Amino acid sequence: MSTLSRDEVARVAALARIDLTPAELDRLAGELRVIVDAVASVSQVATADVPATSHPLPLTNVFRADVPEPSLPVADVLAGAPASMDGKFLVPQILEED
Amino acid sequence: MTDLTRLTAADLAERLTSREVSSVEATQAHLDRIAAVEPALHSFLYVNGAEALATARDIDARRAAGEQLHALAGVPIAVKDIVVTKGMPTTAGSKILEGWIPPYDATITTRIRAAGLPILGKTNMDEFAMGSSTEHSAYGNTHNPWDLDRIPGGSGGGSAAAVAAYEAPLAIGTDTGGSIRQPAAVTGTVGVKPTYGSVSRYGLIALASSLDQAGPVTRTVLDSALLHELIGGHDPRDSTSIDEPLPGLVAAARQGRSGDLTGVRVGVITELTGEGYQAGVSARFTESLEVLRAAGAEIVEVSCPHFKYALGAYYLILPSEASSNLAKFDGMRFGLRVEPSEGNVTAERVMGATRGAGFGDEVKRRIILGTYALSAGYYDAYYGSAQKVRTLIQRDFAAAFAQADVLVSPTAPTTAFKLGEKLDDPLAMYLNDVATIPANLAGIPGLSVPNGLSDDGLPVGFQVLAPAKADDRLYRVGAALEALLEAQWGGPILAKAPELEVAR
Repeated sequence: MSTLSRDEVARVAALARIDLTPAELDRLAGELRVIVDAVASVSQVATADVPATSHPLPLTNVFRADVPEPSLPVADVLAGAPASMDGKFLVPQILEED
Repeated sequence: MTDLTRLTAADLAERLTSREVSSVEATQAHLDRIAAVEPALHSFLYVNGAEALATARDIDARRAAGEQLHALAGVPIAVKDIVVTKGMPTTAGSKILEGWIPPYDATITTRIRAAGLPILGKTNMDEFAMGSSTEHSAYGNTHNPWDLDRIPGGSGGGSAAAVAAYEAPLAIGTDTGGSIRQPAAVTGTVGVKPTYGSVSRYGLIALASSLDQAGPVTRTVLDSALLHELIGGHDPRDSTSIDEPLPGLVAAARQGRSGDLTGVRVGVITELTGEGYQAGVSARFTESLEVLRAAGAEIVEVSCPHFKYALGAYYLILPSEASSNLAKFDGMRFGLRVEPSEGNVTAERVMGATRGAGFGDEVKRRIILGTYALSAGYYDAYYGSAQKVRTLIQRDFAAAFAQADVLVSPTAPTTAFKLGEKLDDPLAMYLNDVATIPANLAGIPGLSVPNGLSDDGLPVGFQVLAPAKADDRLYRVGAALEALLEAQWGGPILAKAPELEVAR
């Protein structure tokens, strides 16, 4: 497995949409390298013949009756939003303009 | 006059039912206690005094009118701040949710309200339940009532400290890798992580969805059983909720109080003893095994060879799931929004700035670790391997439970450490959970019960694990050990805790 470089941490932080200061990046890169080295031990026993488990107990799909149920009042939901207008979330522009 | 805050929930419930005391008196007594000790402890992020008293008045009136009420009606409770509560701020210990008031109740909250338990407030925790000390709370740490310079455990240190310091007789915790059981161990209280699916996750702010489970935090095993029966059972709003009745938990706790464990096979997990465990922790553990043996239990040694990989698997699976669950904190629909200081104000850049400002160090570490483990090129080596280890750990448990009815270990390797001691060493902090994590990976239930004081005078916890859906075994064995040890000590362990200085 690769070691985690500062550049790699910066790339992954960008994927995770977390802005980091240069000082944070320095510290996190060091800490994450230690953690990744420690957790990499899992590959020692994860051989091809072992099936993966994603969930502690067997899952079955669950449906409810196809009957409309009341939703949360729009005003209650928007009360917790950073910004709203005309009964909708007000968000920054989604696409960069050229 | 009896100090109502010192009663167990079961005793208080009896006095309420017989109308010897009122819920208003009991609730006010706890609010007074909170006001007196909070400056020293900081167990609560929000105190819900007015609403709690209104609930208490309502319960008193209904009881006076002869209404048939839940056994715990009128007994106050504290709720971890990761459980959403309509009308009460819910932050999960994070700045990103500062001031957020949920528009709905978690199923746990709904059941607590329906049963008429006054909610005293919301308890402190590590941010999004990531931590073992509450030092990762964005609102300052909680202090251990046994020694204010020490950690109360985490992530649910607020709930454990509140119960240990008589601020509440009951509390709700959540346990993703030990966040109920480890705080219980280091504060001399009882905590139970139920079987995955035993208690609804609807309305918990998700950390790792395949590991999270809410459960009781109390001073006695019987109180945990009473609370587990109240919050547990099938919920159609959680697709992973088990659609079967709970086993008889209160009955099992009452049976356990007799102290007779004849015929019960108790398996000691070799890999969770010995090296790495503080001498006083190991000594109390060995003594407790002798107590169980004297009660008629058969003690057997079992080996779970893959447990040494559990910590690694956990710290891949949890961050991976968390990185996905916490993607919803994007500054668009709830919580904090921070605009970038320069350049275009686009959604993507607002999201980066919001998360950079709103998340604390540990949350950033784990989200980045999880994003890395799930990213192209690394998925098979990290997340895929961790899922295979999960299978191996489940097989270890299956083999062990073929030889024993319950498995036991110390709950945590050490007693409460000093505040700040492990804050700069994330890996050392993670090692606190070494004995509690395997249960979450396998979905099985676990309980921590106090089993004495270590050489440093601080409390130690004894962990009991049972097969999935056999939570009743925890309560039987836990209650038996509790009764037998209390008979030796001449009272509960918390009677040995120093009295807190009270603010006036």
